[in-house]
Amino acid sequence: MQFTTYDTEGFFDEMFQADGPPRAGSALLVQRIQALAEGELLHRQRAAEQALLHMGITFNVYGDEAGTERIFPFDIIPRIVEAADWASIEPGLKQRIQALNLFLADVYQEQHILKDGIIPAAVVQSARCLLRPCVGLHPPRGVWCHITGTDLVRDRDGQIYVLEDNLRCPSGVSYVLENRQVLKRTFPQVFEASRVRPVDDYPSRLLEMLQYLAPDSVTAPTVVVLTPGIYNSAYFEHAFLAQQMGVELVEGRDLVVTDGFVFMRTTRGLQRVDVIYRRIDDDFLDPLTFRPDSLLGVPGLFAVYKAGRVALANAPGTGVADDKVIYAYVPKIIRYYLGEDSILPNVPTYVCWDDTERQHVLANLDRLVVKVANESGGYGMLIGPHASAAERAVFAERIQANPRNYIAQPTLALSRAPVIVEDHFEGRHVDLRPYILYGREIYVLPGGLTRVALRQGSLVVNSSQGGGSKDTWVLTEESSVC
Amino acid sequence: MLSRAADSIYWMHRYIERAENVARFIDVNLQLMLDLPAGITEQWAPLVDITGDQLLFQERYGTTTRENVVAFLTCDTGNPNFIYACLRAARENARSVREVISSEMWEQANTFYLMVRDAAAQGRVTAEPHAFFTEVKMASHQFVGITDVTMSHNEGWHFGRLGCLLERADKTSRILDVKYYLLLPHVHDVGTPVDDIQWSAVLKSASAFEMYRKRFGLLRPDRVADFLLLDRDFPRAMHYCLVHAEESLHAISGSPPGTFRNAAEQRLGRLRSELDYAQVEEIIADGLHEFLDAFQAKLNNVGTAIFETFIALRPVMDGPARVREVR
Repeated sequence: MQFTTYDTEGFFDEMFQADGPPRAGSALLVQRIQALAEGELLHRQRAAEQALLHMGITFNVYGDEAGTERIFPFDIIPRIVEAADWASIEPGLKQRIQALNLFLADVYQEQHILKDGIIPAAVVQSARCLLRPCVGLHPPRGVWCHITGTDLVRDRDGQIYVLEDNLRCPSGVSYVLENRQVLKRTFPQVFEASRVRPVDDYPSRLLEMLQYLAPDSVTAPTVVVLTPGIYNSAYFEHAFLAQQMGVELVEGRDLVVTDGFVFMRTTRGLQRVDVIYRRIDDDFLDPLTFRPDSLLGVPGLFAVYKAGRVALANAPGTGVADDKVIYAYVPKIIRYYLGEDSILPNVPTYVCWDDTERQHVLANLDRLVVKVANESGGYGMLIGPHASAAERAVFAERIQANPRNYIAQPTLALSRAPVIVEDHFEGRHVDLRPYILYGREIYVLPGGLTRVALRQGSLVVNSSQGGGSKDTWVLTEESSVC
Repeated sequence: MLSRAADSIYWMHRYIERAENVARFIDVNLQLMLDLPAGITEQWAPLVDITGDQLLFQERYGTTTRENVVAFLTCDTGNPNFIYACLRAARENARSVREVISSEMWEQANTFYLMVRDAAAQGRVTAEPHAFFTEVKMASHQFVGITDVTMSHNEGWHFGRLGCLLERADKTSRILDVKYYLLLPHVHDVGTPVDDIQWSAVLKSASAFEMYRKRFGLLRPDRVADFLLLDRDFPRAMHYCLVHAEESLHAISGSPPGTFRNAAEQRLGRLRSELDYAQVEEIIADGLHEFLDAFQAKLNNVGTAIFETFIALRPVMDGPARVREVR
């Protein structure tokens, strides 16, 4: 299969330069792909899909009875991140996570940032994910967001922006690791020659970070992963991470609070649990503190946590920094706590809560993307240029009814990467979600999940909305020469 | 290990073993029908009897034709014990303990499930029944083999083996029960070619034909019963199953052999020792059917006791007197 007819159509392409030749880091891969015998690439694509299906690397689709499980669509052409790009992404993410963590600690403790008028207090007070029970909380080792999956995008001019901070329970890292396994089998020679930075040690680093959070009195901490159960859309990932770390995967019903500690029910009785990597939302963690109707959580868990007898990752309450209105203030947050300019810029954001900005948004709905402050997964979005006049009118009404709940951003011309479509290549829009761990220090996984909007022209990359993924190769310095 | 995980591993193995046994019943019957002399009608009712789901079958089909029975036992969504349902349940259980079992085991359970699902959807079950049932048996054997060589022989593994062996003991007893009950009344058939074929079919459905020949040679109903009930070395014989199930149970609890510390060990130990000292002549004299019926009931009681001892979530008492840590 050849790239001769491949057209970047004026978008920034992750693999090719605007005038045709491949980018330096992609040259070897392009050469290798074009040298494959006719049909070989498709054969490898099918083999990779088959491998994923048999490994059971699937996600559950809500409200779909017949095909409740699908493989996450996967394109075998890797997305390559040049060392030069990574050189700004890595420190940029570290800076951002450090600042957001300081922000969280401040918001739930002294609230200096509100008192100093950097962020209007009303914006924080009205955030749906602000958890009152967490006020005054000191989480173990002072860290709030231990695991983050930040979404990055690139605009037409090549500039990389932070699109979203996912500080609650970001998922997808298991696909990063499994995609890599499959790709190593698919393109072994190119992989070896390209000097791709490894991602395989993520589970070890995750475990080390989780153990670091255990109460001081515990020498050999028991770590568990808490899942809502096999019907959760990310169940595969929960099981995968527990397996790779060699820890128990528990459901709420496996845990019990007694004598001021958390225990799990085993065949030999109760065993104490010291650290919980929870993949259950804040609201469902503990029916005694949060939603009383939650059947997924553990009654009494929050009290044990507050007493410092069990650690939770991430800490409850991190969602407040995930609010899309707060997002607009992140550059100010970075400057306030670190005295630095942001290395990675935000996408320009209009906060509808502000009268002037709202007027601008309402006047320009046909050019903007409107997002709900607290939704994720690509739900509740309006892509102005692609929407009908009627759809825009509905959003205009909603914005006026509840301005605090909406933000708007210019429609970016997201960068694209080639994917296999039937027997040829076509460009599709992509984003990048690297994963960041915050324990003893901040670690950025060199790689991440490249999500692809598989529908032609679509800008929505979420798996629930027809998105797929690619393996992401972050190159080391030397490799970009070859 | 987690009680829930132990339960899932136990049932994952039981369901896979159950699927394999259902495949065995049908396959052997299909083979058997090919050898019947003209004029003798095909016997499909016994297959339904083995599974113990006669009522459900009557309700859904009525007549026991070959097509009805094969459909009922392989891919009828209304039957919870058909092969497809067993695989689906096994896979659901495997999914819930993915981090406890090896990746290879999960992949095999998943591949096995996909194979049965596709075969049912594509009509391969009726088009090439023998090939399909052979695949089911092989996939089950692969699962057992993969389990054996990729998972530590730890507590979870012993729960799996326990589930597998108890299920197998139950199914072997049902094969023997139904065939004996149906075949033996025709005393005038003893020694005829039809009789020989029928008895070899009983043995073949437990893959026991060759091993029986090595031990006893000629086919005789009482010896067939002896072999499937009391042989200590043949892995599908009921006695063998119980001896090794008991081994696993003691490995889990740590109780020394010959002693018991819970109801599961007590019940299984007593049932195993019954077989230790049983003689087939006595059993037949007292009524084989009655013996097997009682055996199945006792085996069910063992299953209940396992659940109560290791799995059932015990109420948590308040107060400082409780043991804090049991590792």
